[in-house]
Amino acid sequence: MKRFSWFNITALTLGFAFLYLPMIILVIYSFNESKLVTVWAGFSTKWYAELMQNEAFLNAAWVTIKVAVFSSTLATVLGTMAAYVLVRAGRFSGRTLFSGMIYAPLVMPEVITGLSLLLLFIGIGLDRGVLTIVLAHTTFAMCYVSVVVSSRLVSFDRSLEEAALDLGCSPWQAFRLVTLPIIAPAVISGWLLAFTLSLDDLVIASFTAGPSATTLPIKIFSAVRLGVSPEINALSTIMIAIVTVGVISASLISKQASLKQQRDEQAAARG
Amino acid sequence: MRRAALIAVPYFWLLALFLVPFLIVMKISLSDGALAIPPYTPQLDIAEGWNGLKTFLSELDFENFVFLTTDDLYWKAYLSSFKIALISTSLALLIGYPIAYSMARAAPEWRPTLLMLIILPFWTSFLIRVYAWMGILANEGLLNQFLLWTGIISEPLTILNTNTAVYIGIVYTYLPFMILPIYSALEKMDDSLLEAAEDLGCSRTSAFWLVTIPLSKTGIIAGCFLVFIPTLGEFVIPSLLGGSQTLMIGKVLWEEFFNNRDWPVASAVAIILLLILIIPIILFQRNEQKQREMEG
Amino acid sequence: MAQQPVFAPWDDPTQTPLITFQNVTKRFGDFVAIDDLTQHIYEREFFALLGPSGCGKTTMMRMLGGFETPSEGKISISGRDMNKVPPNKRAVNMMFQSYALFPHLSIYENIAFGLRRTDMDKDAIDARVAEMLKLTRLEKFARRKPHQISGGQRQRVALARSLAKAPKLLLLDEPLGALDKKLRQDTQFELMDIQEKTGTTFVIVTHDQEEAMTVASRVAVMDEGRIIQVATPDAIYEAPNSTYVADFIGDVNIIEGKATRKGDKTHIAWAEGQPDIIGSTTRDFSEGQTCHFAIRPEKVAISPDKPDAPNALHGKILDIAYLGNISTYHVELPTGHIIKAQTANTRRLARRSLTWEDDVWVSFTDTAGVLLDR
Repeated sequence: MKRFSWFNITALTLGFAFLYLPMIILVIYSFNESKLVTVWAGFSTKWYAELMQNEAFLNAAWVTIKVAVFSSTLATVLGTMAAYVLVRAGRFSGRTLFSGMIYAPLVMPEVITGLSLLLLFIGIGLDRGVLTIVLAHTTFAMCYVSVVVSSRLVSFDRSLEEAALDLGCSPWQAFRLVTLPIIAPAVISGWLLAFTLSLDDLVIASFTAGPSATTLPIKIFSAVRLGVSPEINALSTIMIAIVTVGVISASLISKQASLKQQRDEQAAARG
Repeated sequence: MRRAALIAVPYFWLLALFLVPFLIVMKISLSDGALAIPPYTPQLDIAEGWNGLKTFLSELDFENFVFLTTDDLYWKAYLSSFKIALISTSLALLIGYPIAYSMARAAPEWRPTLLMLIILPFWTSFLIRVYAWMGILANEGLLNQFLLWTGIISEPLTILNTNTAVYIGIVYTYLPFMILPIYSALEKMDDSLLEAAEDLGCSRTSAFWLVTIPLSKTGIIAGCFLVFIPTLGEFVIPSLLGGSQTLMIGKVLWEEFFNNRDWPVASAVAIILLLILIIPIILFQRNEQKQREMEG
Repeated sequence: MAQQPVFAPWDDPTQTPLITFQNVTKRFGDFVAIDDLTQHIYEREFFALLGPSGCGKTTMMRMLGGFETPSEGKISISGRDMNKVPPNKRAVNMMFQSYALFPHLSIYENIAFGLRRTDMDKDAIDARVAEMLKLTRLEKFARRKPHQISGGQRQRVALARSLAKAPKLLLLDEPLGALDKKLRQDTQFELMDIQEKTGTTFVIVTHDQEEAMTVASRVAVMDEGRIIQVATPDAIYEAPNSTYVADFIGDVNIIEGKATRKGDKTHIAWAEGQPDIIGSTTRDFSEGQTCHFAIRPEKVAISPDKPDAPNALHGKILDIAYLGNISTYHVELPTGHIIKAQTANTRRLARRSLTWEDDVWVSFTDTAGVLLDR
């Protein structure tokens, strides 16, 4: 590359250092022997052991995972339906309102979303707990899912569905046998996005969680407010590790797949 | 009708869990919170029909909004949120543009990896990414230890619990939002445009200002709004990295609700925040639309 | 050897058509895509819809497939009103322009897809797919995915898939548009061969006049939602019913003038000081009616000396287009009209007797051209 200069290399090095150093430091210090998180006192895994003993954290983790699984699955179903409506249903009365309600939660400050849902739950007398968090997370995550899925649907060759109908499928069969398998990667990434959003969310969960159900971010937040703690470092390291392994393997898999596709296409073009 | 059912399910879900709650917030913002717990007066008595609605409406007032204007805490909070969002957006642009530019200039086989490295932090918990800075910015934290060790300073700097820490936190967490749209605008740019500019007598620097910057304009605008809009309502960063003097409207709303338990005022704060956000959101949508039109 | 009977069910009043369009109109908002169209298509026909983009040919085909419903009028297939029948309930299959092969399924599964939607048992499906693979010479590729085969092979898979259910009617939407020229010509003959073997009625949509002329038993030339002319390829070419059709199909010289009947010939006065063009027509023209004389360039001869022909016009060569097998001369007449004349290059390196700026005569017989009233 002619224009790839020292300037570019420096910018990238500094940029990525800025993005990654804080997390690397966090990971390193999770293995620190000392309670004082800023002073290095030798390697130890004792904070991990202590974390495993901490009932409150483990319970919160379990609640969080439950909420994330339920809400992301529900959000994927609803979000895919919404995407289908946005891209395919054509005109219907209230379409503008519908697309507005899909896009508004994406830019709505979380404090407002949380506040409004809490006021609704109180208004209808619904006890706050796992159910209310699931409802709240499903609502904002489905909007993200529908954006991801609809961007795939827009580029989807509609004649594939018409071909399925032409060959004797009912509309539902055409969706199940043709559309869904083809848009599956987008639906899966929508699910993953919804899952991560739910795992991460602090603000909306704080509003909609009750005393019976506390999620991990709420737990972490209240611990962190008091200052840095090695146990939180250990917990963060575990979460970072899971995400890193997940994202890297996902991108390797998709890279392999696209390489294979390229090779196949070249072979096909040669005859 | 299958089509009707397909539309109805997500439609009613969003009506019930997005629009109705939002209307409740509007209603409560106009109500009197005599007691800091529900029910709020007035209440809509459905049985009374039209008259009920009239009395209901006549009892709504803008008292809470008037209250917001009299207490300068709120004014200051809105202004300071705006200022913090503006400064951090500018900082993110200054830091993000060179990174996006260098990514777009990198060898094509490197680009997917660089892109993945930018996106990876997205998937990591927001809370953890903010938390990571607490240990670095503290008085006895790593940054101060490093600066003392190099001899640049002799006294530890107070960074944590100041606005500086908030800027660092916002730029750090929202940087990918700035980089991605700029990168995608720059990546599409044809290299021969720069060669043509140089061929026509531009220096490299002037080619950058006259060709590269204008062509990445939509990316810059999109990136700025993507940082600015969520920052305005940010809660986590000011409450973990900011100090007691850091005023941001998200934090004020939270405290009004959880600490003072004044729900009508919290609702009024939320409504005003939304009104403020509408302008940048519309501008952002316009920019996106323009970009789509340009791409045909 | 007895002469084979000519396939022309449209001339036989005892035949009942397979497809009937009865006063069909299709509107999209304010745009009229199909304008009050009535047309019959017969069994075993290879019917081509030809026209520029936006002429309504694709809409007509999509209405046959069931993807659009007429705003007014009725479409029936085998006498049955199809307006309320959804695509999946029609004995009609379509080959899509993009081929619309299912990327996640193998070639075998693509072809079997339609059969699996019926109550056919597994062995019968196997046998039918094998038959289709053989018909389209794709046996080797059955296990591959669509992206693992070439464009020409994909085109054959799409054909095999749409023929697998043995439809009464096969619709082909620009079936050869994505292929390069050489492959397209080979495939045209393959299509005709398959149509003959299977006896299916084919309706093809194309904007390529050569393709329509090659494959079709009848060609319908369309413009702005109407069918301008329906006829066999040779009739369309030799006896177009309008200047639009004459101009759309192949190359043509059109001269406007006033017709006068003289005996069995018609004289066309077309320019002051020039001899009348003498033509023959079965159409009735009133005295002095405005008409258009259309003649194909290959029916115009060119020579350096005045030939002995009913029509001979003097002019100057303006341009020569050498196309290998033929050359087209653009001859400018003193009136400013430009007449195209075509000669076959039968001799290698023709003695270049004619060149730019040469004074020449263009000539044609009195039956070579046609007279059109619009």
